[in-house]
Amino acid sequence: MKKFFWLLPIALPLLLVLARQDSSAQDIKGIITETGRVAIALPDLRGSGAAQNWMQAFNDTLWGDISSSGVVKMVPKTMYPTTVPQQPSDFREPPPPTPEPTRGRRHKQTELVTPPTGGGLWISDWSGPPVNANYLAFGYTAVQNDVLVLSGWLYDLSRGTPANAQVLGKRYLASVDEAGARRVAHEFAADILMLLGGKSLYGTRIVFVSNRTAAHNKEIWMMDPDGSNQRQITHYNSLSIEPAISPDGSKIAFASYAKGNPGIFIFSVDPVRQLPFYNQRASVNETPEFTPDGKQILYSSSASGWAQIYIANLDGSGLKRLSSSAAIEVEPKVNPKTGTEIAFVSGRSGPQQIYRMNIDGGDVERLTNGEGEASNPSWNPDGVHLAFSWTRGFAAGNWNIFVMDVASRNLVQLTHSEGRNENPSWAPDGVHIVFQSTRSGTPQIYSMLADGTQVKQLTTQGSNWSPVWGK
Amino acid sequence: MSSKRKLRKLILMSLALALVIFAAGCKKKAPAPPPPPPPPPPTQPQQTTPAAPRITQFTADPESIQRGQSSTLRWEVSGETNSVSIDQGIGAVQAAGNRRVFPTDSTTYTLTASGPGGSVTARATINVSAPPPPPPPAQPTVKQPFPEALSSQVQDAYFDYDKSDIRADARDTLTKDAAALKSILADYPNARVVVEGHCDERGSAEYNLGLGDRRATSAKEFLVQLGVPADRLTTISYGKERPVCTEHDESCWQKNRRAHFAPGQ
Repeated sequence: MKKFFWLLPIALPLLLVLARQDSSAQDIKGIITETGRVAIALPDLRGSGAAQNWMQAFNDTLWGDISSSGVVKMVPKTMYPTTVPQQPSDFREPPPPTPEPTRGRRHKQTELVTPPTGGGLWISDWSGPPVNANYLAFGYTAVQNDVLVLSGWLYDLSRGTPANAQVLGKRYLASVDEAGARRVAHEFAADILMLLGGKSLYGTRIVFVSNRTAAHNKEIWMMDPDGSNQRQITHYNSLSIEPAISPDGSKIAFASYAKGNPGIFIFSVDPVRQLPFYNQRASVNETPEFTPDGKQILYSSSASGWAQIYIANLDGSGLKRLSSSAAIEVEPKVNPKTGTEIAFVSGRSGPQQIYRMNIDGGDVERLTNGEGEASNPSWNPDGVHLAFSWTRGFAAGNWNIFVMDVASRNLVQLTHSEGRNENPSWAPDGVHIVFQSTRSGTPQIYSMLADGTQVKQLTTQGSNWSPVWGK
Repeated sequence: MSSKRKLRKLILMSLALALVIFAAGCKKKAPAPPPPPPPPPPTQPQQTTPAAPRITQFTADPESIQRGQSSTLRWEVSGETNSVSIDQGIGAVQAAGNRRVFPTDSTTYTLTASGPGGSVTARATINVSAPPPPPPPAQPTVKQPFPEALSSQVQDAYFDYDKSDIRADARDTLTKDAAALKSILADYPNARVVVEGHCDERGSAEYNLGLGDRRATSAKEFLVQLGVPADRLTTISYGKERPVCTEHDESCWQKNRRAHFAPGQ
């Protein structure tokens, strides 16, 4: 031991620094906390009749939505009792001494084993060891009059008895096919998550850029948050890039070379239709973004000779310049909570960094410390955390995703050089991030939880860039 | 009369006798002499009169040419000849001489020399190859098409990382470009040139669109200062959307950090 004492002067400050970084990391991980998450037991639901055919898709979807929410802890299915209630009337208080066979259910083995408890049909079977769940979701599906009917319940197991435990009991209707089964699963999951303090991403959309139609062209595409239902929005056979979604999800904005020099385009989503937008005369108009009230557009324009930040109405009128520097300034993003603060990228101090300013252009302040290059700011819906790309600690061009608590400037690094990781965008639930990474070789789109876990690849066709997650 | 006739008869007879005697005497020494030989050829005296002519030389110099160039045939025939000729349209020639020829394809020339002693031939071949790529610029007045003129005479200007100011080497390049552009734009009074700004892959795509714009503008301003008409130049930034090189190293990045000149609308 003695011979390592000389290390102390080096090791001590190092430990202090590490401890300090850890505590700052803790601040951020308030978004995603392992501790304090409620544990949910989610046994597979069963279907009767024609509904049986879609139960695999149903259970996968339900489990996927709940487990990827980042707000609950999933109790592994291997821990569950062998008998599972399918409706409230299935609950039976276990008789103290030797219990009777449980109501002639299909599980013959449970009748043989004579459990000391309710064998799965009592609250304590789920709340006690080994399951130790806080909540139990259960139910069943059936087909009635050519409609798929899901009956679903959520029990708060801390309430002791089945009579008191129900926090959710609802019927969900859909078509009798796989899409219908997935739909009722998404809706059931959304209700469960809402009750557990989370938000479902069902119905949210990710807009992105893809060259899958022709390697030389980039078009705007849209998909569901799990990567399904990928559909093409633009057909310009040009370079259409840098998409943004309006806060209500009804419009998208992007930059395109479709008319020559890059300019701003606004589209309605349903139906897909181009809306008028006046582009001021400039060699570049790019990086459009909606204000939180959805009534204005911020963008960057080279009209003055340098790319600078402007604000305008949705049709491009009422133009006003916000930033004023002899530097490149792009990617204005308005704080969704306050609506009065803009994060943006500027080269005014040298290599590109993240800055903030008031929406009138005042109080400009640099948020990143000047190291490396920083880009792609994205506000968490909480208005507190900013995700962005940074090359700090790496050579130029080697981007990683970081999250900053803007008030404290505390940082968490979410990717660690698995390819180049750029263009993070917060999901409406505030706990997921979609981003672009070259970790598989080509640029593709991935989602992850805000603690860097549960990374999931969403695209595979062609190359795909610049995802934006919107309602 | 009879005595005169007798005398004439006597003279004739004696003459005939004398002739016979003389002829017999000659016959013993040599046959009747042939007609005198023709004068010997100017250079060498002929040794054996009945031999065929000899071609002592028939060459092409050079033996290989490019189309449009010439080669020289040289020949020399000795001995008694009635005619000396070369085919391929040359025809009868002197026994010795030379001739420049301009074959358009590889050609074998045949020299034929005929004389009382027979005829002989010799061959000389000239290999003709195609000239280097285009035919020689015979008509310098023909204009290059605008895009070709631009791409062949106007060079890309290169930039440092995250910079849009004109480096020393770009200054030289753009100075030459300005001269070329002025001349090309004068040749094509309706044409315009797009100055494209490009970046390497490292900066963010969004920022690079602004950076490429600065590069295009810097290059344009430099050219305008050197007298290139501003209203003939437009700018566009491609950021890192249209790289010419996709390797991840500095030599490739440098190729992408450029102002490029393309035909405009």
